[in-house]
Amino acid sequence: MHKRFTFVLALVLISSLLLASCAQPTEAPAPAEPEAPVATEAPAEPEAPAATEAPAATEAPAAESGQLEVFSWWTGGGEAAGLDAMIAIWNEKYPDIEFVNAAVAGGAGSNAKAVLATRLSAGDPPDSWQGHAGQELIGAYVTAGQLEPLDELYEANGWYEIFPETLIPLISQDGHPYSVPVNIHRANVLWYNPKVLAEYNVAVPTDFASFVAALEALKAAGMESPLSLGEAWTEVHMFETILLATVGADAYNALWAGTGDWAAPEVTQAIENVKTLMGYVNTDYATLSWQDASKLVADGDAAFNIMGDWADGYFYGDVAGGNLGLTPLEEYAWMPVPGTQGVYQFLSDSFVLPVGAKNRDAAIKWLELCGSKEGQDAFNPVKGSIAARKDSDKALYNVYLQSAIDDWAKDVVVGSLAHGVVANPSWATQITTDWGAFVINFDVAAFQAALVASCDALGPCGD
Amino acid sequence: MIRSRTRYWSYIPLVLLVIFYLIPIYIMVITGFKAGDEISVKTMWDLPKTMGVENYLKAFKQLAPNLLNSFKVVIPAAILSSILGSLNGYVLAKWKFKGADVIFTLILFGMFIPYQSVLIPLVQFMDSIGLYGSIPGLILVHIIYGIPITTLTFRNYYASIPNELVEAAKIDGADMLGIYRKILLPISIPSFVVVLIWQFTQAWNDFLFSVILTQPQNWTVTVALNNISGGQIIPWNLQMAASLLAALPTLLVYIFLGRYFLRGMMAGSLKG
Amino acid sequence: MQDRKEKRLAFLMVLPSIIAVGIFVYGFIGWTTRVSFSAWRGMNPDYTFVGFKNYINLFVNNLRFQIDIKNTLIFTVVFVLGCLILGLASALLLDQGLKGESFFRSLFIFPMAISYIVTGVVWRWLMNPAAGSRMSGLNLLFDKLGLDFLINSWTSTPTWGIAFLAIPAIWQLSGYTMAMYLAGLRAIPDELREAARVDGASEFNIFRYIILPLLRPVTLSAMVILGHMSLKTFDLVIATVGKQLVLDMPSVHMWQITFDGLQYGSGAAISILLLIFTAVLIIPYLFFSLRKEVK
Repeated sequence: MHKRFTFVLALVLISSLLLASCAQPTEAPAPAEPEAPVATEAPAEPEAPAATEAPAATEAPAAESGQLEVFSWWTGGGEAAGLDAMIAIWNEKYPDIEFVNAAVAGGAGSNAKAVLATRLSAGDPPDSWQGHAGQELIGAYVTAGQLEPLDELYEANGWYEIFPETLIPLISQDGHPYSVPVNIHRANVLWYNPKVLAEYNVAVPTDFASFVAALEALKAAGMESPLSLGEAWTEVHMFETILLATVGADAYNALWAGTGDWAAPEVTQAIENVKTLMGYVNTDYATLSWQDASKLVADGDAAFNIMGDWADGYFYGDVAGGNLGLTPLEEYAWMPVPGTQGVYQFLSDSFVLPVGAKNRDAAIKWLELCGSKEGQDAFNPVKGSIAARKDSDKALYNVYLQSAIDDWAKDVVVGSLAHGVVANPSWATQITTDWGAFVINFDVAAFQAALVASCDALGPCGD
Repeated sequence: MIRSRTRYWSYIPLVLLVIFYLIPIYIMVITGFKAGDEISVKTMWDLPKTMGVENYLKAFKQLAPNLLNSFKVVIPAAILSSILGSLNGYVLAKWKFKGADVIFTLILFGMFIPYQSVLIPLVQFMDSIGLYGSIPGLILVHIIYGIPITTLTFRNYYASIPNELVEAAKIDGADMLGIYRKILLPISIPSFVVVLIWQFTQAWNDFLFSVILTQPQNWTVTVALNNISGGQIIPWNLQMAASLLAALPTLLVYIFLGRYFLRGMMAGSLKG
Repeated sequence: MQDRKEKRLAFLMVLPSIIAVGIFVYGFIGWTTRVSFSAWRGMNPDYTFVGFKNYINLFVNNLRFQIDIKNTLIFTVVFVLGCLILGLASALLLDQGLKGESFFRSLFIFPMAISYIVTGVVWRWLMNPAAGSRMSGLNLLFDKLGLDFLINSWTSTPTWGIAFLAIPAIWQLSGYTMAMYLAGLRAIPDELREAARVDGASEFNIFRYIILPLLRPVTLSAMVILGHMSLKTFDLVIATVGKQLVLDMPSVHMWQITFDGLQYGSGAAISILLLIFTAVLIIPYLFFSLRKEVK
């Protein structure tokens, strides 16, 4: 009783303080309104969810006007341009529903995730948000019951047929899909500078051994750092591709499913292999962004770089947008990371339908746009990724992306670690931390022990 | 006055310090002028080939709406937290009720709270009082987290003012608020300048509260700036230009009010 | 009687602040403390009490937290000392009534006006450790100026890399420290120095035995202000060096484990430990300065 009184008193005092604060600056009326009722009924909690219910119930015709708030971390470059292209379609189709673009950048979505977490804690979800398809979404929001399953939407739009069969299970939980993938990126790409290879007379590698041989030859010929690398997450990115290359697709999938053995000698070998590669990287890697690392290849300071295929957008894109404007296959070229040929290690940006979306109908319309051919073919050529759909218009895409579309159709699909597909957030963060420790002392046994431990503690091995 | 020779020698370290302070600014300014293909860490020291202002114009266009939001937040926040700090400082220095020192200490400790760790209860609380998402809510948070430093500043300043002054006014029949208004307020201007500048800078540069507590249409300039620089591909020239623009208001405040800032500090505030 | 009424009024005047701070500082710390003793992992709150488990996990076999502590110590010492030394030195230089004093003063203070989000990237470029043909940033400048002995690997230096991260922080706040010292110096009556000079004291001894002791309160408050900033450092680390484990700081650890890793319980434990460290630093100071006042 006593406590509640203090709380009410606090609210009254704070609001009076606030009223004072609103009186002086420009717009007093807007803020003053909502707080008055709250001050009277102190334990205020329920109002927010109640407010969210209201618009959700109504059927399509009534919901033609209003708002749609979409949250993402697409604020720059091709991503923002791609989003703008989709917004343009949206505005054409639904001129009466205002599109609110709530994009927050920074730290590969890290700021965005914090903002999202706090918004969800306040019961104020955006109408739809971007997330990496797979465990990053499932481990965080699906297990917390914050997302609606999208079975009906998939059924109604024929997405079960039009998205690749191998993709659906990776974005589903207990047989229900929970997100709509707009694009597909490939993680296991080795980018190289063909001119540099020609100059040093080094052949394009075909497997891990010839890759190391090529690096060794370049180093012997005086190149300081034949393999370029960037900050922490790009290191983990390289590790995941080498892990895949070393153990193979099946064993790789088993490791993430909790059925594989992290203590196996193949995993040891994978760590040894990545350790070998670390001997050829630029000394300043920890301070470079992925973009800086890619530029080393473009400038000929390095010959190779392992990076996701957004690097193509940077190599290929126009100079005015901060890209390099290079000619594909002449000034830069690509191949699957040696040892991963025939495997497509993917990641995907996808959108979700939160439980309690304020504008549920609009959100569903948005998801339909995200999954549509029109939406995906507007977004992806600009963003520099390929469509998740199998029927996209290949002519719209550049040289690299066309080759990726071909591979996507025929390769074995596995998920990426660094980009949220295979490991839940706690597990993935722990592996990143353990990797950070590994690059301090390069203790292979300790790193492997940490991988075993984290799968037990945070992953499926403990189940 | 004395030792004029040593005085001339003093310019050498001073100029070195000037270089130290200006190097990052130099990089920011010239990169802001460069075209996309001129940018490379290797040529970061080189002057731009052209003096195009497109980057600055483009950056301004992107930041403009958020600049306005920043002013809407920062000006009331700085003014109100200064007034509140001044009143608190006055009471805690000159009208010590029982436990005043303990309360002062407790308020002061609020300065040290790592804001990242209270984001969730903060958002929940702001939501429960209906201020989540709005500019007034952000103002309120800046005011409240400004209380410790403003109270500290004013209390220390008022503590240095002789009690006799207050006692004399009491004998003359002035009441508490009267003494504040007639005696302390007029001589607090330097402290107000210090606190206003400090709060202005803090609130202006704040990113965390703004991004967490306000809706997109209310975001301040730091959020917009972060959005320019945080994409997958970062246009460095645009980012540097935007950075300079975003820092301009605080820079102007320092250039024009810098001398008062120092005077205010000399008058006893912020020095403990 | 009158006095008592006034004191009540006085109390009512600070009451809003007390309540606001009570909620926004202590209420939230209370919440964080509760979470730090909970099993909360994932998006949904889970207040199941697990005792000191989250704390124990940080102290037992946790390389990352050991790095945090080591880095915080090194960073704090270098940053605070750097600001104090540079601040005092520039204040002494400027206290001679030089021509152009106000220009230098304004210029030294103004880095404080710019946020780390802005300057972090520039410092990342400046402190690029690449060698050989790819040398850039300050190293390149040193190379061209023939100051080769200054070339180093900055934050990539093994063990002591974190010390270099203090450079941008010093850049930003040494001017502010200078202002504090300058204010302190100006408050020292000239007669004191004159008298000492008449007595034949050397300039160094005047500095050592008269000026420095009188500046002690300034040094102390500067140490507290700078010290707490250093413990909370977050933006600077993220903007300048990203999330490298070698250069990890408690605030970064807390952020990453909470919002990337969704381990709210562990994150809260780091926050509480950070607060306790701060309290250990701050409370003796507060105690000291309040007691001094009573005297």
